[in-house]
Amino acid sequence: MEDTPAIEAEGLAKRFGKTNALAGLDLRVPQGSVYGLLGPNGAGKTTAVRVLATLIRPDAGSARVLGHDVVADAAEVRRHIGLTGQYAALDAYLTGRANLVMIGELCRLSRGEAKIRADELLERFDLTGAAGRAVKTYSGGMRRRLDLAASLIGRPELLFLDEPTTGLDLRSRTVLWDIIRGLAAEGRTLLLTTQYLEEADQLADHIAVVDAGRVIAEGTPDQLKASVGGERIEITLTPGTDIAAAAAAVKAHATGPVRVDSQLLKVDAPVSATAGMTTAVVRTLDEAGIEVDSITVHRPSLNDVFLSLTGRAAEAETDQDFEGAVA
Amino acid sequence: MTTSTITASPGPVARPRPIRLPWAIRDTIVLTKRSLARIINEPETLMDVTIQPVIFVLLFAYVFGSAIHIPGGGNYHEYLIGGMLGMGLAGTFPGTAVGLVTDMSTGLIDRFKSLPMSRAAVLAGRTVADLLTQMIGVVVVCGVGLAIGWRVHTGPGDVLAALGLALLVGYAFSWAGACLGMVLRSPEAAQQLGFILFLPLTFISNAFVPTQGMPAWLRTVANWNPLSALAASCRHLFGNPNPAAAVHVWPMQHPELAVVLWAAGIIAVFAPLSVRLYRRKAL
Repeated sequence: MEDTPAIEAEGLAKRFGKTNALAGLDLRVPQGSVYGLLGPNGAGKTTAVRVLATLIRPDAGSARVLGHDVVADAAEVRRHIGLTGQYAALDAYLTGRANLVMIGELCRLSRGEAKIRADELLERFDLTGAAGRAVKTYSGGMRRRLDLAASLIGRPELLFLDEPTTGLDLRSRTVLWDIIRGLAAEGRTLLLTTQYLEEADQLADHIAVVDAGRVIAEGTPDQLKASVGGERIEITLTPGTDIAAAAAAVKAHATGPVRVDSQLLKVDAPVSATAGMTTAVVRTLDEAGIEVDSITVHRPSLNDVFLSLTGRAAEAETDQDFEGAVA
Repeated sequence: MTTSTITASPGPVARPRPIRLPWAIRDTIVLTKRSLARIINEPETLMDVTIQPVIFVLLFAYVFGSAIHIPGGGNYHEYLIGGMLGMGLAGTFPGTAVGLVTDMSTGLIDRFKSLPMSRAAVLAGRTVADLLTQMIGVVVVCGVGLAIGWRVHTGPGDVLAALGLALLVGYAFSWAGACLGMVLRSPEAAQQLGFILFLPLTFISNAFVPTQGMPAWLRTVANWNPLSALAASCRHLFGNPNPAAAVHVWPMQHPELAVVLWAAGIIAVFAPLSVRLYRRKAL
């Protein structure tokens, strides 16, 4: 099983009316990884998950999940996966516990096993106190946690998380991120879709950037950032400081050409993203007797990646609530 | 430890296994219980089998009934209940559609589709739960009937046969409702379309008014309506006034057989069609 990728998709295509939701999507997700599908609304992320989770049939292309074909062998695929969608897929009129027991029984657990497993998960996701209440009384964050618990009840090897934190407040999002990190630490394979750039950066060890139904870039978060030039250090000098000397001092640490703006008294240069880099630059400047007004390090966000790949910003950038959350 | 027996075949000795229901039946039971739990939490969802039939019985018994003439004579209140049973049970089919469309719009059906469970159980669980609520409807209609003076003039076997036929029709209509739920997208649309279909289905029949007075073309439709056959069967089996006995159309002459054939036909068409539509939405 080591060699079998968790997900292997080639040329997946799916059309809804006039919309090409998937236009030749290729994907290879190794087992045990947290794989992020990143893209704006309408990029085809959810359609990809729905095809891979056997909810819909692709028009063209093929996909195997843990070695099983998602069309020909869909029943086998379903035995190994868990799905958490964008909407908490629960019966709002049942209690949280009743929902989990129901899903557990439908996952082929005996009623006794389902009850034990439900209580374990309620405890783990801090829902024990609310277990006896109807789900319609739950907050958004509680529903998502219960939904996640429901997708775990059958002990899936592969978990699909389709925009698990969309619409959640800051605190609930942080709680959910911790839960997702915990699941990843158990060695489960996770396929996570998100339109939040920082979310993919925080959680995923591999990212595929999806736009218009195709993967337009793939790599680790660091690789993607490196592709747009890595980190830059920007130094503003106090008036009267020798800017040429400052540029020379920075040049010793730069990984590329140093830019000098003598009008604004600014020096900036690409640097390698290593620990202690900023301290080293500061020490060099200090030893040269250069007075510094401010130093900023600009780390490229995944939004920079998206911008450089598509020429436009991803929509999630405008989500103020979220930007605040990761600041 | 000594080996005292020699088995003919190699391999592990077969252990007695707990008897297990086939998965599809087990899944159906799980989902039926789910629908019933919902009713217990929200009893007002039972209005279509509790308050609604009471209102119709009272309306027809005291408002319209006095103006309705029964060919061959007889008490209208006794005539009414056979028709009311059909209306009360057929009236639940929009609810079946609404329930399924709601589950689809909340994403619950998506979750079911991703589980290693029986495809048909989602629909079967819903229709079985509806059948159980229809039993409540039967009790309500009979109860209010007794209160307004409806009486049975036959034996318990005939009564059970009549109620059984009524539930059979109700169950068949649930499958039509399930099919409706598979083609509509919003619970509101299911509610409205269900009601639009429900009105002519129940009123163009002999449920409330004998068909003798209808225009010829409408009479033909009414006489072939499955709810007319059900009403005629119930009246016949209860020993209530049954003017349909004088109507020389096959279903009115053989109403019990007509009901069984109608129900079997409706289930044979809509059950596989619903499951097929559900699968096509799934895989």
